[in-house]
Amino acid sequence: MIVWIVVVVAVLLAVFVIAGYNALVMKRNRVKNGWHQIDVQLKRRTDLIPNLVETVKGYAAHEKGVFERVTEARAAVMKARGPAESAQANNMLSDTLKSLFAVVENYPDLKANQNFLKLQEELTATENKISFARQFYNDMVMDFNNRIQMFPSNIIAGLFRFEAAEFYTVPEAEREAPKVSFTG
Amino acid sequence: MTRPRTDLYRMIARNKRATAFFVVLISLLLGAVGAALGWYFGWGIELYLVFAAGIIVYNLVLYHNSDRIALAVNRARPADPVVYRQLHNIVEEVAIAAGLPKPGVYVIETEAPNAFATGRRPDKAAVAVTTGLLEMMNREELQGVIAHEIAHIRNWDILLQTVVAIIGGLIVLLRDIFLRWGLFFGGGRRSRRSSSGGGQAGLIIVIVGIALAILAPLLVALIRAAISRRREYLADAAGAYIVRNPHGLASALAKLGGSRTKLTTASNATAHMFITSPFAQDRARTAGAFASHPPLADRVRRLQELTVPESED
Repeated sequence: MIVWIVVVVAVLLAVFVIAGYNALVMKRNRVKNGWHQIDVQLKRRTDLIPNLVETVKGYAAHEKGVFERVTEARAAVMKARGPAESAQANNMLSDTLKSLFAVVENYPDLKANQNFLKLQEELTATENKISFARQFYNDMVMDFNNRIQMFPSNIIAGLFRFEAAEFYTVPEAEREAPKVSFTG
Repeated sequence: MTRPRTDLYRMIARNKRATAFFVVLISLLLGAVGAALGWYFGWGIELYLVFAAGIIVYNLVLYHNSDRIALAVNRARPADPVVYRQLHNIVEEVAIAAGLPKPGVYVIETEAPNAFATGRRPDKAAVAVTTGLLEMMNREELQGVIAHEIAHIRNWDILLQTVVAIIGGLIVLLRDIFLRWGLFFGGGRRSRRSSSGGGQAGLIIVIVGIALAILAPLLVALIRAAISRRREYLADAAGAYIVRNPHGLASALAKLGGSRTKLTTASNATAHMFITSPFAQDRARTAGAFASHPPLADRVRRLQELTVPESED
């Protein structure tokens, strides 16, 4: 009788550990996948920038300072490693792009240029994708971290050394206007 | 953050249960119809099995082609990624926000502004919008509409729509077959019963046909109850949550309320699929018990009351 109780308890315990471990692995993979999504979109934005700068230069060649800042910010983004550093560099780039589009406001011919309009739509879409991918990533991180810290899954997380994932944060200023819109 | 997610999972589970319930109910009904036929004509077990297998095959074929059929019936064609660049961009960005693979993107060439989503699984889904909608909406509003459609996909509403539509089609098909047999062939000639049985069998088939004729519109009403107005409210709220912005969809719905163009390809059987009723006169009206969509003004009001939860980033 005692033997059977021990066997049943052991089996239940094994099922609990296996299920808990698998759930943690699944959630960690979702976090990784979410990060990959952000990365793809950030890369796409850095790819769009040289074209954009060239197009704007054609109409506003003397606004040198703006172009330099954009190019520098882009280089910083390409060097950045890890969520925190990447977030900071990309926010810098977002700011310089805003000043670039502020410059564009003074050139009506440029604003009507088909090529520019296309680039503007691509950049708007990419900015949205970045912010949505970040939103999804942070949802997944919270879900994963909850699992790691909450009882009883925290026991399994500790046993197999699962570490809490890092949020992709934005500075306070951007919190008020999370989505950048270049249209209008 | 946790609450909407748990609510969502509960809702998805409920959608799947409702789908299973429909399938079981209709299978029992069709089994009974088959058994009645078998009894009357003195079919052996073989013929009865053929009848059952035929219906199963019909359902499977429709199930696996449901998205293509829904798109074809509404004359939707794939949206060219160059011409409809912005539409493709918007669908992709909302899919990212919802954590889904990008669904197929289709356009319908018509003045009437409308949109729908179809498919049987979130990873095999499609959204279709009319050219009238594209002309009418700005970027933010279009994003709101797409978010509503993607919410239908993520909530598994599309599977329920598909299953219910297939069953509705099957009932209509059976009705046509029965009415034709009953009227033109007298039906009972193959009956093994007494000589007077011929006329009787014909009569029975006509009665079954008439019963199905009554059942078909009732089933359409059931479809509308299943893909209920509550689901539309939910898709509105979930869509606003996905893009963390209720204003785009609210403004889009307000514009749709002002439109009086009827979508000519839509029928009663497909009306429930669209973001707003394809029949212009239904849009403004206060919702009756059988309306496929809640009144637009009410949906706009509810969206405006929504406070978007603080995003975690």
